[in-house]
Amino acid sequence: MPASTKKGNKFSLDNLSSQEYKSIAQKHEPKRSIFKNCILAFLIGGAICLLGQAIQQAFMALFDMSTQEASSPTVAVLIIISVILTSCGVYDKFAQVAGAGTAVPVTGFANSMCSAALEHKAEGYVLGVGANMFKLAGSVIVFGTVAAFFVGLVYAIFGLEGVHHQ
Amino acid sequence: MRLKGQTWEFQAKPRILASATVVGPEEGQGPLASDFDYIYDNLEINEKTWEKAERKLLEQASQLAVVKAGLTKEKIQFFVGGDLMNQIISSTFAARTLGAPYLGVFGACSTSMESLALAALLVDSGAAELVLAGTTSHNCTAEKQFRYPTEYGSQKPPTAQYTVTGSGCGIVGKKGNGPVIARATIGRVMDLGIKDPFNMGAAMAPAAADTIEAHFRDTGLTPGHYDLVVTGDLASVGLPIAKELLQKAGVRMEQTKFGDCGLMVYDMQKQTYVRAGGSGCGCSAVVTYGHLLKKMTNKELKKVLVVATGALLSPLSYQQGESIPCIAHAVALEMED
Repeated sequence: MPASTKKGNKFSLDNLSSQEYKSIAQKHEPKRSIFKNCILAFLIGGAICLLGQAIQQAFMALFDMSTQEASSPTVAVLIIISVILTSCGVYDKFAQVAGAGTAVPVTGFANSMCSAALEHKAEGYVLGVGANMFKLAGSVIVFGTVAAFFVGLVYAIFGLEGVHHQ
Repeated sequence: MRLKGQTWEFQAKPRILASATVVGPEEGQGPLASDFDYIYDNLEINEKTWEKAERKLLEQASQLAVVKAGLTKEKIQFFVGGDLMNQIISSTFAARTLGAPYLGVFGACSTSMESLALAALLVDSGAAELVLAGTTSHNCTAEKQFRYPTEYGSQKPPTAQYTVTGSGCGIVGKKGNGPVIARATIGRVMDLGIKDPFNMGAAMAPAAADTIEAHFRDTGLTPGHYDLVVTGDLASVGLPIAKELLQKAGVRMEQTKFGDCGLMVYDMQKQTYVRAGGSGCGCSAVVTYGHLLKKMTNKELKKVLVVATGALLSPLSYQQGESIPCIAHAVALEMED
């Protein structure tokens, strides 16, 4: 209960502090089901990764590729699928259920670029598509690069050479 | 006009002579579908860009209102309108098509009643005989400007609201039988520190409560005077908060029916993608100019207070961590016996 009613003062919106108001407002907000969201994100995100693995195995079996050789075309196929689903207006509806499950895999990255490109086509190819395509994906690249730099720094300082396992 | 506090009491009986609403497909699937004049079956409104679509809704609603009033557009002396876009560009383009002298106003989603109150004031004061008030919003232009690209896959929290695709217009004059605009209360900006743009209902509830309290304080009326009090777009989160605030403030809203346009425009059981409910300039506009006016003309409702709520944020202000300043404007519509 807000303090003002305890003191017996007349309730007034002008005297209501932001803290007191938040405690009133929070009572009426539906709970966000974090547990359910985590489970759905895990299952759907996992399913996307499983699909990726299947595509990779298919490339390896059909085209006689090594694991590493198959990884680039696998990512390309996932991106194409995501772009098609985005263009058909399905990916965002899927994402409402999946949450992080569709945002974290490479398909989410493709969706962020494709959706921005579609949205800003109205402003032309240079000022619209070109300038806005990385509107959301840009921060992923920036902070991904920064994180990679610091990880590299740790490797350099502690002498742990980044050995690629074939 | 008599001024009492922040409320205008109109003496010369300005009326809504005619009104028109044009909506998108999702509103057409809602429970008020039969109250709208025109329903598009595609979100693009047969246009190439979302912005053109939003403008077309207003152009058509204004033209329809003019036709329904039995007028020609040359007879409209002023157009008072606004929308949610930067520089209220949709209304400006619609005003270009209409050709009438234009007063652009911005009150975010409260623009519907802000423009109607101003139109009534112009007519009441004798500054004009026929004024068109109108506003428009489109789900995708709002998403594009305020949130993310429309096809971006982000998970919306249950407090999020869904911008109505639709436009509503009313023509205010003195001669005719339409509902009288009896009084209007102009709101002040309220900000109780809510920063989450996906929780507009909680941000706007204090503004609605403040304006409703002011309305009854200024006029000396009680909530029971009205058959219905509706807020603009508080939706399922904001409406109960406003009810609690008003109850604490001693405004006896239980004397009347107290609803919200954002909960009326969609089927809340079936159209679950709207999350907490409808929002946007178009929300209170299509519900008022479509549904409520029809009920008033049919004598199902006699006295209605529409309290349109607006979140006056900009994409920059919330990115810079500012809280959301909100406002609400109330207009009282009354049928004569």
